[in-house]
Amino acid sequence: MLRLTAGRVGSLVARRATVALTTSSARMASHGHEVSEIADMSKPMYWDRREIPLPDKRYKDILTPADESLKEKEKGPWGQLSNEEKLALYRLSFCKTYPEMNQSSSEWKTVVAGVLYCIGLTGLVIIWQAAYVSPPAPRTFDAEWQAKQVKRMLDMRVSPIEGFAAKWDYEKGQWK
Amino acid sequence: MFRAAVRLSVSGVRSITRTQPGCQTLLASRGYSHGKQETDEEFDARWVTYFNKSDIDAWELRKGMNTLIGYDLVPEPKIVEAALKACRRLNDLASAIRILEAVKDKAGPHKEIYPYLIQELKPTLEELGISTPEELGIDKV
Repeated sequence: MLRLTAGRVGSLVARRATVALTTSSARMASHGHEVSEIADMSKPMYWDRREIPLPDKRYKDILTPADESLKEKEKGPWGQLSNEEKLALYRLSFCKTYPEMNQSSSEWKTVVAGVLYCIGLTGLVIIWQAAYVSPPAPRTFDAEWQAKQVKRMLDMRVSPIEGFAAKWDYEKGQWK
Repeated sequence: MFRAAVRLSVSGVRSITRTQPGCQTLLASRGYSHGKQETDEEFDARWVTYFNKSDIDAWELRKGMNTLIGYDLVPEPKIVEAALKACRRLNDLASAIRILEAVKDKAGPHKEIYPYLIQELKPTLEELGISTPEELGIDKV
């Protein structure tokens, strides 16, 4: 019977805590630049959304000196800005334009193809199962047995008014 | 007027029962049935006053625009004009262009609303030097 003493529990907790603390640094050390940046959701975020035209922050955080000078020029009359400068200012603040945001993708074709592929695969598995896994059918499924069964049902007059035997012509010995 | 067109086709039964055909003043569709209903003119005036605040800050502009776009209507030209002037006071051309894109997107399938809006805003756009998304070529992908 294992009995964890208070001391043992304490050391376990401490070890797990240190593992958690060192995980991120260990992860970064072992994987280098492959770790994706986790967005800090406590700070204002940028989104491209139809219903939020002006997100909480500008798209480009870090401005080059050229961007800075453009921002200075923005403080003056906007008529003096060329179209390229206006576009550059737009792209500083926003990632995608509305048409770019709204464009549809062909992802649905991949999804439908994947679904049909999986269904097909399942179908093949079922066919293989029927051939190799299922036990042989009971003898009651044999054609001879079925014929004898039907004869017995007719002799018994099963559902003679509207059902089974009603459809059999007893004088001629055939189905009506 | 364009708000009615948008509401009749896009919203549900609620807006259809509220609007009175042939009547200029339409009722804003709100969720509650008690209390005084705000008229379209009051709604417009309230929003124009909001954007006309002389020392409006960037957060208030963003909040105002995001809220306005959240409503089931295309804002009247005078509201958009006030918002564009607010952008000018904040030295934010990108937001001004974004606002124009957003109202065009709000019109949805009603393609006649946006040209009307631009036509009404032409004096303001020329005065402030704002290019429309079409002029900058960002109306297509």
